[in-house]
Amino acid sequence: MTNGSLYREVPPTAPAGAALKGGAGLPLLRTEGLCKHYPGVDALVDVDFELAPGEVHVLFGENGAGKSTLISILAGANQPTRGQVYANGEPATLANVREARARGISAVFQEFSLVPQLTVAENLFLGAEPTKHGLLDRGGEIKRAQELLERLGFPLRADRQVQYLSRAEQQMVEIAKAFRSDLSVLILDEPTASLTERETESLFALIAQAKARGVGIIYITHRIAEIRRIADRVTVLRDGRKVGMMDAAHADETTLIQMMSGRPISQIFPKVKYAPAEVVLRAERISTEDGSVRDVSIEVRSGEIVGIAGLVGCGKSEVARACYGLLPLAKGKVTFAGQDVRGATPRRMLDLGFSYLPPDRHKEGLVLSRSSVENVSLPALHLGAFSSGIFLKRRAERQTVSNLARELQLHPFDIDRDVGTFSGGNQQKVLIGKMLTREVKLFVFDEPTVGVDVSTRVSIYQLIAQLCEGGAAVLVISSDLPEILHLCNRAYVMFRGHVQVELQEGQITEDRVLSHFFERAA
Amino acid sequence: MAERVMERQAQGYEQKLQQIFVAVGVLPILLVVAVVLFSFMSDYFLSFNNIANVLRQSSYLTIVALGQMVVMVTAGFDLSVGSTLAVTSVTSALAMSGIAAGNPDAPWLAIGGGVVVGFACGLSVGIINGLGVALLSVSPFIMTLGMASVGFCAALYLTAGMPVRGIPYEFADTFGSGGFLGLKAPVWVALVLFIAVYLLMTWTRFGRHFYAVGGNIKAAALSGVNTRRTLFLAYAICAALTSIAGLLLTARMETGEANIGTSMPLQSIAACVIAGVSLRGGTGKVPYVVLGALFFGVVENGMNVSGVSSYLQIGVTGLILIFAAVADEFRRRLSARTKD
Repeated sequence: MTNGSLYREVPPTAPAGAALKGGAGLPLLRTEGLCKHYPGVDALVDVDFELAPGEVHVLFGENGAGKSTLISILAGANQPTRGQVYANGEPATLANVREARARGISAVFQEFSLVPQLTVAENLFLGAEPTKHGLLDRGGEIKRAQELLERLGFPLRADRQVQYLSRAEQQMVEIAKAFRSDLSVLILDEPTASLTERETESLFALIAQAKARGVGIIYITHRIAEIRRIADRVTVLRDGRKVGMMDAAHADETTLIQMMSGRPISQIFPKVKYAPAEVVLRAERISTEDGSVRDVSIEVRSGEIVGIAGLVGCGKSEVARACYGLLPLAKGKVTFAGQDVRGATPRRMLDLGFSYLPPDRHKEGLVLSRSSVENVSLPALHLGAFSSGIFLKRRAERQTVSNLARELQLHPFDIDRDVGTFSGGNQQKVLIGKMLTREVKLFVFDEPTVGVDVSTRVSIYQLIAQLCEGGAAVLVISSDLPEILHLCNRAYVMFRGHVQVELQEGQITEDRVLSHFFERAA
Repeated sequence: MAERVMERQAQGYEQKLQQIFVAVGVLPILLVVAVVLFSFMSDYFLSFNNIANVLRQSSYLTIVALGQMVVMVTAGFDLSVGSTLAVTSVTSALAMSGIAAGNPDAPWLAIGGGVVVGFACGLSVGIINGLGVALLSVSPFIMTLGMASVGFCAALYLTAGMPVRGIPYEFADTFGSGGFLGLKAPVWVALVLFIAVYLLMTWTRFGRHFYAVGGNIKAAALSGVNTRRTLFLAYAICAALTSIAGLLLTARMETGEANIGTSMPLQSIAACVIAGVSLRGGTGKVPYVVLGALFFGVVENGMNVSGVSSYLQIGVTGLILIFAAVADEFRRRLSARTKD
């Protein structure tokens, strides 16, 4: 089948108002039967995808659904096992990032590729430094960089060192790098994950500007609100396969989640009986020394699941970390299980029955070079179950961890394997296992389902429901809106260090939560 | 037909070899190769006397490497083990000769006093290292490099660079050349310390905390581990072990010397690295470290008895270390492939 005839069979739904130029409606990029096989995993299976000039095409799916693999192939950073990529209708091999860039395809990944010790200008022209008489033209470089930044509307100085920039500013540098040369395809991988509201607005303005110039944008996001806001079309991936493609206008939350997870919402989230009892954790008007939390009061009772929602950087995670003793408090009072716990260490909080699941399992959660056994028992190692005197009860330890691993359905079922060799979902099971080796009054789940597959997600929700029904207090801190909407009995929404609103059972709707994500509601 | 069978058999053997390699690593294979090679090059090599000799010669490095490993598991390393040896040797010898001069009839009083003084001085190097790394967050490289200079300076200053004589004869006789069941005292001490460190690292909470802190210090802290105390302990334990090695070396040489340990930092780190202790922390097995130290002893002794020039020997050791690192990387790739 020639690519021309295929194209006619599946015409792109050209977005209204998109400025089409160049190949007169020919897609900028198209893939046909794209496959990527890794040992033991099919990361992509027969994916057909296309990007029209001047459209924002959102890739939507769970972590591990294949989005990252797809964009890394399109950006030239990865090679497909089978299948063909067409650029402007011609078959194209994108052997490396340089070749992709030569065709005007640039990607901004979540992991930045900036050299922190160099200046903004030096980073922008890295690999294509302007020269004069065989020497670096340093003045010209800074001038051109500054012009580029101004054209894009980024309030940045070209001579600043990248390491002193905020994450949002670093991202601007990455985007500016993409705009350095002629750009036809811009790939953005969750660009707003670390941006404030204002920065997000200026990014969207920039995207609109690029669209108007006929640039095609591939945009990965987990936020349904963003899809409504900027997308023209959405392609949903699941387990490496394309589940469907639709106009953004038809993409509502329920449809998207069901496509993404392959099952109806009622099967993902368990129904939890709401039976609140005594207060376990009470934070009264707390503020942290670093200012990330300001004058926040929350309480969590046993027998309820309480959520904290909000944008990245709104301080929702920091509230729990301050209560756990990870962030010093400047003001306020924290009471846990009836005791004043200001200034307590994590060890003391653990011993009192406060269990905190950190959001980043690689950075803060797991010792990747050690086995599941050693990871799971670590927080409870000094207790009688695992220790007698200074010696460890290794047999009892193995038995306990083995039982837990079976309950959590660790796969492969090998508790001696280094945790680093497991998939994301199974690493998350080990991390959760760490919370279950001792008596706990309050479970704090900070982003409990980041980077896990659907079936693990479902079993994590079921476990949370079980823990709550067993009489524990549960606090869920999440950027995943459905988790707040469908799992929690009560929820707080935070914005810039403050609690904007507390929503009671029955009031937690998408519109209500979202309307408090930004300042205007205050 | 027969050819094909043989080919398949050869493939089977190759796979077996690969499996063994992935399971045990490069070190046991290197050790076997070295022993076989040297036994062909010299008849004397495999004699009981020579084996006992290799064990004795390796025992000091073994003890220091055990200490070095504890620190390396916490993602650090100790460059001051050499000056810890020097400080221990010099101070214990000075104390012994001083006490012995006043009490010529009580040699064991002098020995006891010297051992306590030497051990305490050696340990203090580790305590300072531990405080610097754990409390002040100085990088292990700078902290222990600095203490290496300070300790060496102290040892030289105390002795003006001269060997310290006047150690009671009984000390050297018992802990230097003395023995039991055909093996010398330092071998027995090394054996006891090996078992102690093995128990510490695999069967106690402290050991588990060393691995956790080295593997991911943030995760350890969030799991309620006292990371500062853990780091401090690692440097103190390393210095304690090194100090014991220093006392044994002093007994062996019958003098206190400031320059007995100059090559020890690199040798002990090499013994750990060849044993698979990661420089990034979090991994390492105690029995392998002992094998690593033994391996360097075997190579040195083997080259000596087969008459390899001592200049060449230094280069050979370096090449082996690099080869081991390359082989280990290869093994990691192989094991990643076989796991999928």
